[in-house]
Amino acid sequence: MDIEGLKEIARTIRRDIITMTAEANSGHPGGSLSAADVITALYFKVMRHDPKNPNWPERDRFILSKGHAVPALYSALARSGYFPPEQLLSLRRFGSPLQGHPEMRRLSGIEASTGSLGQGLSIGAGMALGGKLDNKGYRVYVMIGDGESEEGQIWEVAMSSAYYKLDNLTAIVDYNSQQLDGWVREIMELEPVVDKWKAFGWHVVDINGHDFYQILKALDEAKATKGRPTVVIARTVKGKGVSFMENNVEFHGMAPTKEQKELALKELRS
Amino acid sequence: MSCKRVYGMATRDAYGKTLVELGKENPDIVVLDADLSKSTKSILFAKEFKERFFNMGIAEANMVSTAAGLATCGKIPFASSFASFLMCKGFDQLRMSVANPHINAKFIGSHGGISIGEDGASQMGVEDIALACSLPGFVVMIPADEIATRALVRLAAEHIGPVYIRTGRPKAPIIYQPGIQFEIGKANILREGIDVTVIANGLLVQEAIEAACLCSERGIDVRVIDMHTVKPIDVSAIVQSAQTTGAIVTAEEHLLSGGLGAAVAQVAGEHCPVPMGFIGLKDTYAESGLPEELFKKYGLTAEHIVVEIERVIKKK
Ligand SMILES: Cc1ncc(C[n+]2csc(CCOP(=O)(O)OP(=O)(O)O)c2C)c(N)n1
Repeated sequence: MDIEGLKEIARTIRRDIITMTAEANSGHPGGSLSAADVITALYFKVMRHDPKNPNWPERDRFILSKGHAVPALYSALARSGYFPPEQLLSLRRFGSPLQGHPEMRRLSGIEASTGSLGQGLSIGAGMALGGKLDNKGYRVYVMIGDGESEEGQIWEVAMSSAYYKLDNLTAIVDYNSQQLDGWVREIMELEPVVDKWKAFGWHVVDINGHDFYQILKALDEAKATKGRPTVVIARTVKGKGVSFMENNVEFHGMAPTKEQKELALKELRS
Repeated sequence: MSCKRVYGMATRDAYGKTLVELGKENPDIVVLDADLSKSTKSILFAKEFKERFFNMGIAEANMVSTAAGLATCGKIPFASSFASFLMCKGFDQLRMSVANPHINAKFIGSHGGISIGEDGASQMGVEDIALACSLPGFVVMIPADEIATRALVRLAAEHIGPVYIRTGRPKAPIIYQPGIQFEIGKANILREGIDVTVIANGLLVQEAIEAACLCSERGIDVRVIDMHTVKPIDVSAIVQSAQTTGAIVTAEEHLLSGGLGAAVAQVAGEHCPVPMGFIGLKDTYAESGLPEELFKKYGLTAEHIVVEIERVIKKK
């Protein structure tokens, strides 16, 4: 698929995020919208996976460690054929497999249960270790938040993954500069983020996380890097694609109203 | 307290407001949060007392030990996050930095129970009480409404030693009228009755009251107790209830392992064994849904309490 095609899918995923959270009247649109382009690139271009055979042992794995952004992931799964897109509207409803945060025992295609921040990258490291033990060629991709990077466990796995030379593991930091209470730099400064990951022994690629050319190039570079894991610092905008949501921390954990939904969908028309 | 529920504010809102009062009265009160101040409502304190508020970022373990350090300098720290993240991610720190040296620090876990609804299982604190009760020297409390919250948070500030308080996300039904006196470790008897005692806390207090109302229509006279302090538990209230009513049903928004029911059963078993029933989560996590839907599915409604009451009084 070419970059124009990916852009079109990302727009669909953004529309889904808006519709799903508005319909559920809860959820986290901001961090879902910022993650949409990287997730699109992974599911529609980079990862080897088979929606008809979600447990295929050779598949590449994706873990959304910042589990609250799961509307973006549900949409990517539905749009790539894991389940019918109509089911997206059941997000967060009683009895739906589309839980408020991802649960691997409730929906096939979900590789790990997350929602308590800080754990997904370690689970991914375990999968990468497992792949090495079994001489399997699959790759493991884990998306974490910049706020999530405040958890101590992130830096524990940063150390252990470099030590175990997990070059089949790629972390992507959805660096949208905001967390729940506000701007990351006003709560707990993460910079210099590139130097931190380098100091822990990772190969670091610093990119615009909304530019598909840069995303694909970074993930290629991760694949080509041997002997150590790669982290992609994806500089993004929280709420990306909807003018009144961009950089507006209100929409971290607040769904759009009906009127806001209509406005947003208008902006996201292709 | 009434058979018909009247909603007041959420206990987390009452917590935030009480923190502001305390902040004005005592310059040693300091507040910490882990990037959830908008949700735990510690943000109300943060707005008034910027220099005494520390947002530690999404790093609960670090927050707990930092609070312990502040306490050793004579500050009275109130540290909050969601009940699940505070207790589960901060547990070893609560054990070694706080409980072992018996540090005077206060921990407030919001979003307790399954009534948070749509966010789903990962965000629900359903084991926080068990974990807190396992820490020697901790006082563990769950306020049922806004008045109880204000009283218990103020008592926590006065108490010397570690305290855990669970608050909730949704609006809480009003149980108490202003002016009521609370005491740590002393249960409140909300309704007298002779056939069975329901011992509840948190949002289950209103369910228990409504269960008592339903039972009275069927000729069963139910005593209702708000056991707001799970630790130290009110032994005499349990013993007296067992003796006068001869059966006990406990009701909590928590896993049945290590919560209110377990604590009451331990006391009853030692002093005055009577038939008992237990309302709570039965070895399961919950899921996304509306709070009402979840209370129904996981057996936490007044109707479920009535069924349990009818079951245990048959065994008397
Ligand atoms: C351990 C833990 N603590 C707190 C939370 C509550 N919480 C959910 S999202 C969030 C902010 C996350 O910020 P970030 O990682 O930057 O995500 P993004 O801004 O991309 O949504 C917080 C504090 C949580 N889910 N897990």
